[in-house]
Amino acid sequence: MSHFLDRLMFFRKNVDSFAGDHGVVTNEDRTWEDAYRNRWAHDRIVRSTHGANCTGSCSWKIYVKGGIVTWETQQTDYPRTRPDLPNHEPRGCSRGASYSWYLYSANRVKYPMVRGRLLRLWRAAKAEHKDPVKAWKSIVEDPQKAQEYKSIRGRGGFVRVGWDEANEIVAAANVHTVKAHGPDRVIGFSPIPAMSMVSYAAGSRYLSLIGGVCMSFYDWYCDLPPSSPQTWGEQTDVPESADWYNSTFIMMWGSNVPQTRTPDAHFMTEVRYKGAKTVTVTPDYSEASKFADLWLAPKQGTDAALAMAMGHVILKEFHLAGRSPYFENYCRQYTDMPMLVRLVERDGRYVPDRLVRAADFEGALGETNNPDWKTVAVDQASGKVVVPRGSVGFRWGEQGKWNLEPKAADGSEIKTRLTLIDARDAVLPVAFPYFGGLRHEHFASTGHDDVLLRNVPARRVKLKDGEAMVATVFDLFVANYGVDRGLGGGNVAASFDDDVPYTPAWQEKITGVSRDKVIAVARDFADNAAKTQGKSMVILGAAVNHWYHGDMIYRGIINLLVMCGCVGQSGGGWSHYVGQEKLRPQTGWLPLAFALDWNRPPRQMNSTSFFYAHTSQWRHEKLGVAEILSPLADRKAMEGSLIDFNVRAERMGWLPSAPQLGTNPLAVAREAAAAGKEPVPHAVAALKSGALKMACEDPDNPANFPRNLFVWRSNLLGSSGKGHEYFLKYLLGAQHGVQGKDLGAEGGSKPQEVIWRERSAEGKLDLLVTLDFRMSTTCMYSDVVLPTATWYEKHDLNTSDMHPFIHPLSAAVDPAWQARSDWEIFKGIARKFSEVCVGHLGVEKDLVLTPIQHDTPAELAQPYQPKDWKKGECEPVPGKTMPAMAVVERDYPNTYRKFTALGPLMARLGNGGKGISWNTDAEIKALAELNHVVAEEGVAKGLPRIATDIEAAEVILMLAPETNGHVAVKAWEALEKQTGREHAHLADTREDEKLRFRDLQAQPRKIISSPTWSGIESEHVSYNAGYTNVHELIPWRTLTGRQQLYQDHPWMIAFGEALCVYRPPIDTKACGPMLGKRGNGNPELVLNFITPHQKWGIHSTYTDNLMMLTLSRGGPIVWLSEVDAKKAGIEDNDWIEAFNVNGALVARAVVSQRVPQGMVLMYHAQEKIVNVPGSEITQARGGIHNSVTRACPKPTHMIGGYAQQSYGFNYHGTIGTNRDEFVIVRKMANVDWLDRSAPAAAAAAAAAAE
Amino acid sequence: MSAYIHEFVFGIYPYVCAAVFLVGSLIRFDREQYTWRSGSSQLLRKRQLRWGSNLFHVGILFLFFGHTVGMLTPHFAYEWLISSGAKQLLAMVSGGIAGVLCFVGLTMLLHRRLADPRIRATSSRMDIAILAILWVQLVLGLITIPFSGQHLDGSTMVKLAEWAQHIVTLRPGAADLVADVAPVFKLHMALGMTIFLIFPFGRLVHVWSAPIGYIFRPYQVVRRRGSGRAVGARG
Repeated sequence: MSHFLDRLMFFRKNVDSFAGDHGVVTNEDRTWEDAYRNRWAHDRIVRSTHGANCTGSCSWKIYVKGGIVTWETQQTDYPRTRPDLPNHEPRGCSRGASYSWYLYSANRVKYPMVRGRLLRLWRAAKAEHKDPVKAWKSIVEDPQKAQEYKSIRGRGGFVRVGWDEANEIVAAANVHTVKAHGPDRVIGFSPIPAMSMVSYAAGSRYLSLIGGVCMSFYDWYCDLPPSSPQTWGEQTDVPESADWYNSTFIMMWGSNVPQTRTPDAHFMTEVRYKGAKTVTVTPDYSEASKFADLWLAPKQGTDAALAMAMGHVILKEFHLAGRSPYFENYCRQYTDMPMLVRLVERDGRYVPDRLVRAADFEGALGETNNPDWKTVAVDQASGKVVVPRGSVGFRWGEQGKWNLEPKAADGSEIKTRLTLIDARDAVLPVAFPYFGGLRHEHFASTGHDDVLLRNVPARRVKLKDGEAMVATVFDLFVANYGVDRGLGGGNVAASFDDDVPYTPAWQEKITGVSRDKVIAVARDFADNAAKTQGKSMVILGAAVNHWYHGDMIYRGIINLLVMCGCVGQSGGGWSHYVGQEKLRPQTGWLPLAFALDWNRPPRQMNSTSFFYAHTSQWRHEKLGVAEILSPLADRKAMEGSLIDFNVRAERMGWLPSAPQLGTNPLAVAREAAAAGKEPVPHAVAALKSGALKMACEDPDNPANFPRNLFVWRSNLLGSSGKGHEYFLKYLLGAQHGVQGKDLGAEGGSKPQEVIWRERSAEGKLDLLVTLDFRMSTTCMYSDVVLPTATWYEKHDLNTSDMHPFIHPLSAAVDPAWQARSDWEIFKGIARKFSEVCVGHLGVEKDLVLTPIQHDTPAELAQPYQPKDWKKGECEPVPGKTMPAMAVVERDYPNTYRKFTALGPLMARLGNGGKGISWNTDAEIKALAELNHVVAEEGVAKGLPRIATDIEAAEVILMLAPETNGHVAVKAWEALEKQTGREHAHLADTREDEKLRFRDLQAQPRKIISSPTWSGIESEHVSYNAGYTNVHELIPWRTLTGRQQLYQDHPWMIAFGEALCVYRPPIDTKACGPMLGKRGNGNPELVLNFITPHQKWGIHSTYTDNLMMLTLSRGGPIVWLSEVDAKKAGIEDNDWIEAFNVNGALVARAVVSQRVPQGMVLMYHAQEKIVNVPGSEITQARGGIHNSVTRACPKPTHMIGGYAQQSYGFNYHGTIGTNRDEFVIVRKMANVDWLDRSAPAAAAAAAAAAE
Repeated sequence: MSAYIHEFVFGIYPYVCAAVFLVGSLIRFDREQYTWRSGSSQLLRKRQLRWGSNLFHVGILFLFFGHTVGMLTPHFAYEWLISSGAKQLLAMVSGGIAGVLCFVGLTMLLHRRLADPRIRATSSRMDIAILAILWVQLVLGLITIPFSGQHLDGSTMVKLAEWAQHIVTLRPGAADLVADVAPVFKLHMALGMTIFLIFPFGRLVHVWSAPIGYIFRPYQVVRRRGSGRAVGARG
């Protein structure tokens, strides 16, 4: 009634007393307590998750009150695990718990926005030209107008527009680009479909329908370890975190489990209670070290030396000592170790060459199908050379023999010889390349020769071209580790204390880890594996993969696991955790995402090569190929610069291209038609004659610019863009901080395959469109920013490597302000595109180039020495010696209709993946009933509808074997034909299960085992990679069909990586030209620039979130050691600058004992839009961590057309490494917040530049 | 005209202020429970607060009770004990000391509120206005001391007390009693009444809720369930 009147009950207030009047009972008003009850009251709880690419994939309860999302808490209703295994719940971390802050924050993008200057030009152009395409043309083809809006990118100046106008600008730009330059000049970048599959598919479906290019991310993020496709023919497949609990010995190698796998870390704690031993390997005292029984701290980047030394110990004490029959049998059956390698005599010594093939023998050992692709071994009983089943030659062209049964091609039982030491014809001095002697300013080198001769047991065989010496991979492998086998000769160690590569004593100088610890850990690791049959596990992550020679670190570790029979065993193996790669319903998603239901093939591009070329980072390349070649390589045959190798790879059909041809592919098809020819032969002839060129040969030609770029679900410029300042300068034409000069000005040697243009091209991109819910750094540089639904405002699907469940993102509330889901946004653009293109584009023929693809018969394209048709070494044959070519019909005015219906190709061609396919009639029929069919007249009439995000999700769920038991059984049956073995039992028990979107909203569901993946879901084992290879005898998808430790492609041999070796980091030469030249009075230090994942954010997400900023230091930070800080006169929390020729960044210093001397540690992707002052070097605002990096591709990652080393989107390709970079660090003298208007700041920058 | 203004300010305005003060406080207490607070800024910055706040509160409480007792005690009630002149001297000396304490404290608080960026940024206009008005009122009060010193017989004090007692006992003619006191007294009185006027609209309301009961209550208080009105969902 009245609070006041309630207070007037003085005499009735106290009604009782107790405890001798120490306590009183009152009847005063208690309604104020309701405030606390209402604080936690809510109208509903909705299940959703976060798509931050953290791999957590945690199910969350989203609370809604009065139509507003109020907070979130962790869901605890995951399906139970089996007895004796802890449950998954609760999953989640402080970052996810802060997400709801974004929805109503000032950072939220609330309306479609356009760069003010562009909008002014657009409206003026629209007043002049009624046709939007003509209006766009009038702007971008006027250099002055184009410069006017491009140069101001990144400097604010957005204005609000309506959806219709925003869509019209985007559609007009796309139509103009397709018409004038070609559809492959419209590019889209979006990563990690697993974090929100429907959102990814929205953009990629639109782009694939119009012929645009979807960009890869796994390789660009450098999360892809090329060692995985090399060894296993698999992008990466890893155990779920629950499988840690099945292990008894775990090494965390450069992976900071509690910090970067927060929701999974409980399994680590739990397995330690169970008694597992844990070892961490990391140069800094990371959070993971608290889990460790032993912490090894090698100098950063030298981990391969440590791994090689451990391998040395294990080979000697277990394999050569014959201590473990398990190891021996495992190596024989599941690795390439018994396979024969040809030894070629050169200058009096022998060099290991390629694996011997059946075709090398007279009569090809009776093999008629793909004898070039069948490797051979020696049978122990008969002593004869046999062709074991399972190599890639058995995979294609015949059926039933592609398996790992110990049988020869003819069906006879065999037992292959691992070593020829007891059956040798000779002991030969074999040359191994050694890189540990290379000089590096910051890394120790050892005094050994660059070629090490070691004695290897060999055998004489008669081949077609005469007698040849061969050795087994195992014998070469052991020799490479420098283990003495009593065969005489030098460069082998009888004792671990010998200073011979790769002994524990040898590595001490390089890594700084004492030999005793190396020996002890190696022994324990192998002993545990021998006793448990493989339950030793290594958890490793991006930290060791991001080095230029990270392959070697990875292969060093993989070797340990393979030697000890850990891969494919529950509780053991290779646990590589990086991004959220595991798109479990992948084969159901692919048709939706790349519009395979309407036309095939889609255009896909490897991003590292793309950005290297189009952000002109190649113009600043300082790493010579000669620096990284093997001392045994034929240097004449391997001349050129890094981009030359990439161009050759594109030409030979190894890597994809974007743009593809130097001419609009629609025009090529038209020319062919005019000449009365088929487009493909016409294009091949024109390429051969030189009339038609590949676009990659002239990236600075305006005809070959990428013109339009869509970025969604990504912060390309604020996070993953290695060489950030090069992006700004060359791709965007905006204010930038590049300090170095290009090869023209420097007088460096120019590429051979690429046209050098003295004037660099700047501002290549006409339109940058970003979809985001928050104003990220990428948004700041965009021309059009579209407000997208947050993770609590849309329906989508989410899966992860870390657990076996699929679960949804759900719209707890409608998108706030004018935001729309990604599906709705791209649908809107598709609709506008279909309207605007009329009169400009009709039904067109598009010539699409695709590289030679892994998991297709074409992967058997180039079995021996690569040949370049351009140099006349062979004929250009599409799909064999050059990219495959296909003509795709684009019905541009029907783009929207196609976007919103499931096209006819699914019924006609079926579905499949990873080399198998199956019929989908039943699923299409079910979808037609579930989603209903399109009633509207036109191309889509009668086809299943995909109008909404839920309908799109249902398409994925229906088509994927992982979520539809019928499909899973069909898929296993398809694989049975190839392997000749029975597999369908893996899915039989769940055949009738069909997961629907609403099922997932009710509870996360465990996926169904499918042949897409190498692990299984069962009641008895946790998901573990390689499980079906080992237990179902399904071959790995490599040349030998086994875990391949010997990489015999000519380029692998040329770069010295046929076998794993230690390679020191490369010299990026980024500091020399700047050191001491731009002094500010403070001392300068040169330090290694390390950028691990952070604690207060997931990539750049949450780094602008007030809650996370409050928990951290509220802005960018760089950690450095106490010793280095003292040397540079830096105190904790000082503003410091880190810079080199690539650019500069500013941050506050965190001076910590955690960091070893010689390196700085900057958590990657801290947004430069929060608390970042101006740089003294660039006079521009701050910079991000990538301001001081530059991408540098590696030729061995470009290899293609060669079994497992064939291209696959996000499977294989160049990777964006960045750990080898050094920066100059110093305290700032003047912290300038640049609180001036833009022209004043620009003038100051110009003055500083002079 | 000036006679009317005088009549208004000292005859009518006191009732306006008293009405707003009482009715306003009551409405605010009933309707805006969450705003019924002192609005302490101690969490934001401790600096200057301990000395400033304590000096201010000690001083102002002495002054408040001094004024209340001094003005509202009828002449007959104390003349057997102390003469008017002596009472005035007592008021001047003790009030002067309290006034100086209060002045130091209040000046510190005002300076802190205006000069500290965090406090300034979180201050409402009313927060600043109250401190400023109190400061002006205090200064006016201190200025009256030398004026009082010119007539140590206590006659002016008696006039002022008569006025106050007339007001609170609703007797007419109160304004005429103070027609000839010095202007500085009038200003001090007018501003004092204004403080009552604005009292319900700012943080001064915490005066009503001074937690004196804490000193005397038992250690443990059990609030009976279901007493008063219905208690939430779980009541």
